[in-house]
Amino acid sequence: MSDKKPKRRDFLFTASYAVGAVGAAAVVWPLVDQMNPDASVKALASTEVDVSSLTPGNTITVLWRGKPVFIRRRTQEEIAEARSVKLEDLIHPEKDEDRAKNPEWLVMLGVCTHLGCVPLNDKGDYNGWFCPCHGSHYDTSGRIRKGPAPWNMEIPKYEFVNTNTIKIG
Amino acid sequence: MSDHEYTPKSKAGKWFNDRLPLLTLANHLTDYPTPKNLNYWWTFGGILTFCLITQIVTGLTLAMHYIAHADMAFESVEHIMRDVNYGWLIRYIHANGASMFFLAVYIHIFRSLFYGSYKSPREIIWIIGIIIYLLMMAAAFMGYVLPWGQMSFWGATVITNLFSAIPLVGEGIVTWLWGGYSVDNPTLTRFFTLHYLIPFLILGLVVLHIWALHVPGNNNPVGIDIKKPSKDTVPFHPYIVIKDGFALLMFMIVFAFFVFYAPNILGHADNYIEANPLVTPAHIVPEWYLLPFYAILRSVPDKLLGVVAMLSAILILAVLPWLDTSKIRSAVFRPLYKQFYWILVADVLILGYMGAMPAEGLYLLIARVATAYYFLHFLVILPVLGLKERTIPLPLSITEPVLGGSPNMAMAKKKESKLE
Repeated sequence: MSDKKPKRRDFLFTASYAVGAVGAAAVVWPLVDQMNPDASVKALASTEVDVSSLTPGNTITVLWRGKPVFIRRRTQEEIAEARSVKLEDLIHPEKDEDRAKNPEWLVMLGVCTHLGCVPLNDKGDYNGWFCPCHGSHYDTSGRIRKGPAPWNMEIPKYEFVNTNTIKIG
Repeated sequence: MSDHEYTPKSKAGKWFNDRLPLLTLANHLTDYPTPKNLNYWWTFGGILTFCLITQIVTGLTLAMHYIAHADMAFESVEHIMRDVNYGWLIRYIHANGASMFFLAVYIHIFRSLFYGSYKSPREIIWIIGIIIYLLMMAAAFMGYVLPWGQMSFWGATVITNLFSAIPLVGEGIVTWLWGGYSVDNPTLTRFFTLHYLIPFLILGLVVLHIWALHVPGNNNPVGIDIKKPSKDTVPFHPYIVIKDGFALLMFMIVFAFFVFYAPNILGHADNYIEANPLVTPAHIVPEWYLLPFYAILRSVPDKLLGVVAMLSAILILAVLPWLDTSKIRSAVFRPLYKQFYWILVADVLILGYMGAMPAEGLYLLIARVATAYYFLHFLVILPVLGLKERTIPLPLSITEPVLGGSPNMAMAKKKESKLE
């Protein structure tokens, strides 16, 4: 086999297959990509929420891009509890200071990082959230402490537009 | 195939058959030599064909009234139940038909496991069967999403999130599957499309499954190779047709019981609440036929490994013909395998029960032991057993044990001495 020199015809075959493969890939890509989020879905990128009525120790849940977002006004005890945890004790080490820039306000996606259920408020072994689907426990900073979830609940991009309004996204 | 040359009797038939040999095919199917000792466990192939056709016919008629839109799907299903003529009947047949389909397929699979039908030369039949089973699970899952109830929505969320366990590209794949940032209208419309497509893919694979079956012919309860046609076979029609037909009638009684007397017993009450992305039901459970795999998923404390274990539990079946090292097919002649077979049946039932219970405490512990045993059965017990087990001698034909008593050592010896 190896001592055979490629002929003119071999070159033509290889070139035809290569062009054919590129052509097929170019046709398949639009058929695959049409399933990705469309322009109208992407357009719903941000939501503004009025949080003036929220008192410490309470949570509201708002919908952002089809997913629940928890906005919790934390009590002093909860903040103290979240900040006293040593990083080595965490499955996914993150400082509470980085998760809640303004310690009183915790804004995070209310989506369990295991398989996407909505965890329940004020439940679980760490006084934070508990996911009823497969038993993941989160602390008062929304960090995973026990159970199958691999990461802490995600903090979305948000900012305070004024003292009473949070803009998510 | 062992077909003799076939010539249609009529002139028109001959003219047609020379151009398209459909009559030759029909003749092959009626005359097809079948082992004469097939028991009722062999009737589930026919029952499954009935199930597939029932699902396609009821599905087509439901699709004439259903609206695949997140705002209207739930109401359109209620519209089918209340307003459409016989809508309740068609929907209950379709919903319970899925359960009946799985009931039949599990019996069919476990029959194969008991009688070693997956072994050489029937590996391709078996592998096509496993692909059909995978497609059935995909179709059932997507169909369950369509009514857009709470279980639909959260089941879809949990199952699609399984893909997020894949390193690096997982999140991208999930967004691509959803067509958004959560399960929503784009997800519903594509699930409807695929739910419509898959049954026809299954139909095509069923043709291949039967085609591959007709090359070596049926396995049988004794599990020996037989000459075809011979004294050990009967023609498919009328013998097997009548037997399959009788079994199908019995099966339809069970089917009708669920449809008319307990149409919602296999479903979940939460699915009569419209989907709400803000509230997860307290206890998410899949349909009963997926529970053993769900238990395996939950018994592994790591997300990626849990998904890997669940998929492996299904895919391990595809390589079963090479994991089972025993040359003897039927468990009738494998005294040890027979016991391990029933332990496996119990193990899968236990897994199913644990899948329905909350994943904590003793339930979780039992689920973990049962998961470990499931893999132990296929990866250790079967390969070792085939090499170590002392099997009972096989009879020389199907007729022999019937005429000469039970298939045992003494009988085989007598036969040998006679030959000498």
